[in-house]
Amino acid sequence: MPSLNTVLVTDCGSTTTKAILIERKGDAYRQTFRGETPTTVEAPFEDVTRGVLNAIAEVEELSGRSILDGECFRTPSRGNEGIDLYLSTSSAGGGLQMMVAGVVKNMTGESAQRCALGAGAIVMDTLASNDGRQPHEKIDRIRALRPDMILLSGGTDGGTVTHVVELAEYIAAADPKPRLGMGYRLPLIYAGNVNAREQIENTLAKNMALSISENIRPSLERENLGPARAKIHDLFLEHVMAQAPGYKNLMSWTGAPIMPTPAAVGVMMQSLAKRQGINIVGVDIGGATTDVFSVFDQVFNRTVSANLGMSYSISNVLAEAGLENILRWIPFGIPEADLRNRVKNKMIRPTTIPQTLEELQIEQAIAREALRLAMDHHKTLATSLKGVQQERSISDVFQQQASGTSLINMQCLDLIVGSGGILSHAPRRVHSMVMMIDAYELVGITELAVDSIFMMPHLGVLSTVNEQAATDVFFHDCLIPLGTCVAPLGQGKLHEACLDFEVRGVAQRRLDVGSVKWGEILLRPSADWDGARLTLTPAKGVDLGLGKGERWERELSSGVVGLIIDCRGRPLDLPTDQTQRIDVLRRWNHSLALYPNPAP
Amino acid sequence: MAHAYTPGLTVTERTVLRKKRLLPLPGAVLVAKGEAVDSTTVVARTELPGKVHVLNVVNQLSILPADIRDFMRKKEGDEIERGEVIAEDKPFISWFQTQVESPVCGSIESISDVTGQVLVREKPEPLDVVAYVDGTVQEIVPEQGVVVETTCSLIQGIFGVGGEAWGPLVKATDTPEEILRSTHITAEMHGAIVFGGAYAGWDVLQEAKTHGLRGLVVGGIDAQDLKTLLGYDLGVAITGTETIGFTLIVTEGFGSIPMASKTFDLLSQHGGAKTSISGATQIRAGVIRPEIIIPVQQAAGQASLVFGERATTSREGIAIGDPIRVIREPYFGQIGRVSALPTDLQTIPTESQVRVLEVELPNAARIVVPRANVEILEG
Repeated sequence: MPSLNTVLVTDCGSTTTKAILIERKGDAYRQTFRGETPTTVEAPFEDVTRGVLNAIAEVEELSGRSILDGECFRTPSRGNEGIDLYLSTSSAGGGLQMMVAGVVKNMTGESAQRCALGAGAIVMDTLASNDGRQPHEKIDRIRALRPDMILLSGGTDGGTVTHVVELAEYIAAADPKPRLGMGYRLPLIYAGNVNAREQIENTLAKNMALSISENIRPSLERENLGPARAKIHDLFLEHVMAQAPGYKNLMSWTGAPIMPTPAAVGVMMQSLAKRQGINIVGVDIGGATTDVFSVFDQVFNRTVSANLGMSYSISNVLAEAGLENILRWIPFGIPEADLRNRVKNKMIRPTTIPQTLEELQIEQAIAREALRLAMDHHKTLATSLKGVQQERSISDVFQQQASGTSLINMQCLDLIVGSGGILSHAPRRVHSMVMMIDAYELVGITELAVDSIFMMPHLGVLSTVNEQAATDVFFHDCLIPLGTCVAPLGQGKLHEACLDFEVRGVAQRRLDVGSVKWGEILLRPSADWDGARLTLTPAKGVDLGLGKGERWERELSSGVVGLIIDCRGRPLDLPTDQTQRIDVLRRWNHSLALYPNPAP
Repeated sequence: MAHAYTPGLTVTERTVLRKKRLLPLPGAVLVAKGEAVDSTTVVARTELPGKVHVLNVVNQLSILPADIRDFMRKKEGDEIERGEVIAEDKPFISWFQTQVESPVCGSIESISDVTGQVLVREKPEPLDVVAYVDGTVQEIVPEQGVVVETTCSLIQGIFGVGGEAWGPLVKATDTPEEILRSTHITAEMHGAIVFGGAYAGWDVLQEAKTHGLRGLVVGGIDAQDLKTLLGYDLGVAITGTETIGFTLIVTEGFGSIPMASKTFDLLSQHGGAKTSISGATQIRAGVIRPEIIIPVQQAAGQASLVFGERATTSREGIAIGDPIRVIREPYFGQIGRVSALPTDLQTIPTESQVRVLEVELPNAARIVVPRANVEILEG
């Protein structure tokens, strides 16, 4: 490949198309300019390239770089003219929407879900032989959905044929139509028992665009998601993208295949976890959905909570979390009817922003619950394989572990990266940090960061072409380290000693020292603490994740917020009495300097 | 630069509205181009495939799937009646014979020698699409439906529930600020589309149902009452298929908010006129807002702008003097005119830095609000 000096990357989202310019500056790549314009997939334009060209025009205007010659890119770059590479991701028009099917709901059904979600899809429904629905209900449901693609799995290799063919018969009877374009057959990937392939072809090949992939669950002990995910990406480009307005043109412009936006974020998260050797959680809380990505012990998982978001779906957060759970985070009294009306008004006018502090606090209360619910959802799917037979010996009598346990162990979590308007654009960075600490009830020692301008999709697709460029930009321009959270496990008696901390810098110079009691939360700005060492000495019986009373010493990274020592206890227990609860919240908020002029 | 304001809702005295009336599946168009239609005219018809029923024949007959065809009395595509025998076994003594009867009237969809299942499909159900508004057929979409054109007064609400309905328009309150009371709803309003002022409480919604109103248009309702009305807490604003007894359209939002006087005056002008309404709302990309359509006579030589066509011309954004409504606390519901458009970002009480505008209220007071928190009152 010729030298890569200037790269333009766009992400065509449902609402806006975001373009970023990446340029080589000396030995490193940096993100230099950014443009954002409305996405133009829908009427009256119905051509995604209009929005892309508008976003690029904005980058041209801001950078002074001449990128386009009419509707063609000037390549290669020369001085302040042209680019070397153009790439794009897309979730416009609702992204990739899939229906998946497996024989047993929590075995091949879950594997199929993980496969589709990891490929960047939204899973509209999971069909299974044991999903509790009558056959006619299943058929009605398949017919009612208009997915972009279906993934059919089921049966280990050499296992059941009958059940997976039965599912195929339901799909054939429903004869589902694709969401986009009436003139093409709905793509269906079969990734189940190899012995059923012939019968599947006989049942489905006539009315559907059938592709065969390797079994995603060749045995109960093994999941093989890679080949089916690659097939989903291929079909996404060949069938789905080709039907969306303007995408044929867009595909001809890009230097690498267009990726679904969440798949690109997944690539970036995996690359980061691998490079740093850490366990990581990423969350992107949008207006309509919340995506959660995790890499624990190098196992990648993604879930999307389709109706948990901060604008279009904000009312659903209230419905799912319940009024009590929202109210527990609001540091003032508000009548129930008023809160409900405010939430519904945000739902029907989703682009509005809080103007008053009260409104901001309400939105941040709702965000905590959306983040919590999305993580609960993630934990249920990011599990070890279910149905695996385990050999047990006498030594396992006291430590039995069921199959299907969640892989998300917050004690082993090293880093959380948050993105989405409510986190990335919070008026104070400490808001983002505290929202995530509260929502996830972090334990042990965890670093937190936010994605500055939701650049991860761009960098994910860039990393498939030039990993160095993606990494440079990620650390220099994308990731904003917020700081470190320390939170002991369990609860202690209010106002009793919980832990002592000490921070030492170069040549053992003491930078900070203090004690924290149970029930308190403390913030220490740490902007100049990069490389300093943090020593935590828990009080008797207090566990910081290494065992009761065990000291913890480690290097501390600096962050724009700092070090938060959270001794409020886990699980976080807020008073049920409103006056007491508001008093406690105000005290914590004051301690964290969360809002201007906090009440003492 | 993305526009930082919410495109407003349309409240217009006269426009030409073209409504696509399309079938979900290919079918037959029943009217001709140029034909006059009213809201109840069936313009297109198709047949929805019948429901599928699954019969596990091999289990019932205790046979192997591979042998199923030897026991079937019907084959794929055969018409069958309810209770008709479709398969039977062949015992030595006929007295012990087991027969499988069809649970429905329809046809045999498929017979599987892998699973041993027989799929039976019910007869197709006819599905009609009506014109919904009084007007003329402007365009035929072959096998799919028509475009009906009507010259009308058009009012968009912010949120609605319930489907398409039509009936005479009846005023229930004297002013847009008045609270709609249950006593305003009377038995004479049966079959009508009733509009009122700032707020309708739960008792009003109940009365609307009791007296058989076709539609109710009001400034605001409480979210809690919506939950009670629907029987569930609406999570995402995708509506239009609810069956609550009438169609409800909210013009301003949740809470007690006076109906915009322009909306109230326009509705008042058309008291008694036949009106078509739809509560269908969708607030994601491809926005659909609830609508009130009142067909009016097109005066000779009077040209009206076709609704929706202006969307293709680029609006430069909001301008000084534009009438706007504030759509977020602390000034929620206030109506005024833009008096200044500062270009620099300004810090608001949340400490966010945003683009703002200044609004002059009818009482000459001036307020500053984020540009994202206003919507233009479209005419």
